[in-house]
Parts: sequence; structure tokens; C-alpha cells
Amino acid sequence: MAIEVRIPTILRTYTDGAKAVDGSGDTLQALIDDLEGNHPGIKERLVESGDLRRFVNVYINDEDVRFMGGLDAELSDGDQVVVLPAVAGGAR
Amino acid sequence: MTRFDSLLESVGGTPLVGLPRLSPGLQPNGAEVRIWAKLEDRNPTGSIKDRPALKMIEQAEKDGTLRPGCTILEPTSGNTGISLAMAAKLKGYRIVCVMPENTSEERRQLLRMWGAEIVSSPAAGGSNEAVRVAKKIAGEHPDWVMLYQYGNDANALAHEEGTGPELLEDLPSITHFVAGLGTTGTLMGVSRFFRRAKPDVRIVAAEPRYGELVYGLRNLDEGFVPELYDESLIDSRFSVGPRDAVRRVRELLELEGIFAGISTGAILHAALGQAAKAVKAGESADIAFVVCDGGWKYLSTGAYEGTVDEAEDRLDGQLWA
Repeated sequence: MAIEVRIPTILRTYTDGAKAVDGSGDTLQALIDDLEGNHPGIKERLVESGDLRRFVNVYINDEDVRFMGGLDAELSDGDQVVVLPAVAGGAR
Repeated sequence: MTRFDSLLESVGGTPLVGLPRLSPGLQPNGAEVRIWAKLEDRNPTGSIKDRPALKMIEQAEKDGTLRPGCTILEPTSGNTGISLAMAAKLKGYRIVCVMPENTSEERRQLLRMWGAEIVSSPAAGGSNEAVRVAKKIAGEHPDWVMLYQYGNDANALAHEEGTGPELLEDLPSITHFVAGLGTTGTLMGVSRFFRRAKPDVRIVAAEPRYGELVYGLRNLDEGFVPELYDESLIDSRFSVGPRDAVRRVRELLELEGIFAGISTGAILHAALGQAAKAVKAGESADIAFVVCDGGWKYLSTGAYEGTVDEAEDRLDGQLWA
């Protein structure tokens, strides 16, 4: 099962500079564990005491996982996962 | 009511218009899915921000923080600054706005026209950086009043008392409310109203996703979540990139004749996603979304001309919402 994961600039030190990597897993938790296997250290930057870090946003097919079960959010083949740092809104 | 004693009195009370061509409409199973646009560009300075700006000033006057002759300081990439500057001009305050240097030239000119002084913050980091710079300046000028839209409850209150009730009155059958997520004031306020008045209304957030320059230097430990934000008041949240935002904002003009700013395209994209879900589930839905402002201030971004590919390239690195 292939899931494309887009990596923000700040985390590309863990992916040899790659903007996107492939991973696999039925849930976000499993996907992050899979990523950790190939890119050691990345998990600790995303997860803290069993939950997503406060300033890390993760989206499955553009939907925020915090409203889809968080780390338990389910994944299917072909899903796209985007990781982004939290930023303040734009035209405010 | 269409007669007012002054411009400030005319804030709010905006029209809600149907989108007959973009709405899925009547389905074979009898369900009907309709999309409605709340035209917040009809406010005095042309954006939804007139509501929170006026409310924040009124509250600060009421509690005594804002007194005649005061200087207002605010981190803003445009609309809130313009709204505050208008109100400040009419009420006699001086205003200083901190804005990222990669915001459109129109917004700078408008701010200056309404009498605001502008301090630029670095492009990288976007609004996060403007907030940081403004907080630093506030420390150096303890007598200046920072209304701070990201943490000022009057921001959400303006929508709880205004936008929310207006929507329910005009569309009692409302099932979804979709708005942009910036300060989070619109979503928090409207949600607080509906959680009380009609709890089954789903609250959907559309969040702009910028190019890499904006996120590039962000440290994951130093992100920014507005103090106003309460996750429990939102039911789903979508990230919308510039390509979808541009495509939708053009459709809105092409099919419904509404000329909106780019962030509205992102919100419409999320609204259409909810509409598609309702159609798939065979359920009726009345989905209201916010038209935050008109497209005038964004003409120089190049979002409205050429192919969508070209527009997407031009928006890279800009704070388009």
C-alpha cells in the first residue's frame, strides 16, 4: 500500500532533502511508524506523548486529521498525506 | 433597514444569496443540496473584518483601555487593518499596522489612504512573524493599545452576535457553515451561536495552504495557534492550496457573477466538498459560506488572468489569503 507523504522543508533533513516520500499503514499511527523505519528521528518531531505535536498539522487528502480520529485516522491506498507547521491565517 | 446615522452603524446585515448554478440542486431521490453566499464584501470597507474591528474598538472603549488620543497597534496583513483604520479615523485614534512585506500593494495603499502607518515584517513566516514583531513593538510602547485580533474575544463575539443570527434568520434550514480559518474569530463566534441555537449545524473550516516560502523557515516548535481557537467548536477542517482557490474563485465569477477575493475561492472549494458529500449520502443540505471580500485588492497578484497554472505560479510565496 503506497501513501504519498509530503514533507515540509524543516523536516527534509530526515528525508535526504526529498519533498515527498512513500510510506504505508492502515492508520496515521502505522504510517508514522513506517516512516520512522526509513527516516529515523522523524517520528519524534511529529508525535509527543502519544499525540500529534501542537504546532504540527497533518492532512489526509486535504482534511485535518485532528477531526478524523487523530493518530487513529484511517488511510487507504493512494491517499495523500501532507505535513505542515501551523501558521497564523493570511488576510486578517 | 437601509438608512443609518453613520458609516459605522451600517456594519453587518449583509445579503445571503443563492448560487443556483454552482449548487447541485434537486437530486433524483428528492434531496436538495443548495449553496448560499454571505456577501461580507458589502461591509463599509469591503470585507468581513469590519465586524470584529468595530466590536474590538467598542469593547476597548467600554472597558477603558482605549481612550481619546490613543494609538492602536495591530498585526494584520490587510483587511483588519483597513477596517480598524476606518473606524480609528472616524473615532479619532492613531493606528499603526504591522504587516508581512509579501502582501499585495493594494492593501498597503488602502491602509495608507485610511491613515494607517505601516511597519513591515519579514515575508518568511507570514502572519506569524507579523504577530511576533507587533508583540515586540507593544513591549516598547506600553501606552499603545494592541487590540490583538487573534486573542480578542470581541472578534468572535462580533460573529456570535451578528453573523450567526443573520444566517439563521435568512436560512432557517441551514445545515453547514463554511468559513476561512485565520484568526478563527468567524468560525468560533458563528459556531458558539449555532451550538446554542441549532446544534446540528456542521461548522467547517477552510484553511489556506501557502507556498513553501511561507512555511519554509517555520520551526515546528514555534508554530502559532490563535488564542481564540477552540477545536471543539469545529467539525472538520480542510487545507486548500492556491490552485483550487484560484479555480473556484474564477468559477464563482464565471457561473454566478460574484467577484471575490482569493481566500473566498478556498472557502467555496470546501463548501463544494460538503455539497458533494451530501449528494453522495443522498441527503438534503443548505450550505452557507462566507465571501470575505471582493477581488479588487488582489488584481496585482495575477490570480485572475491567464491559465490556472500561471496563476498558481504567481501566487507561490505570496500570502494570497
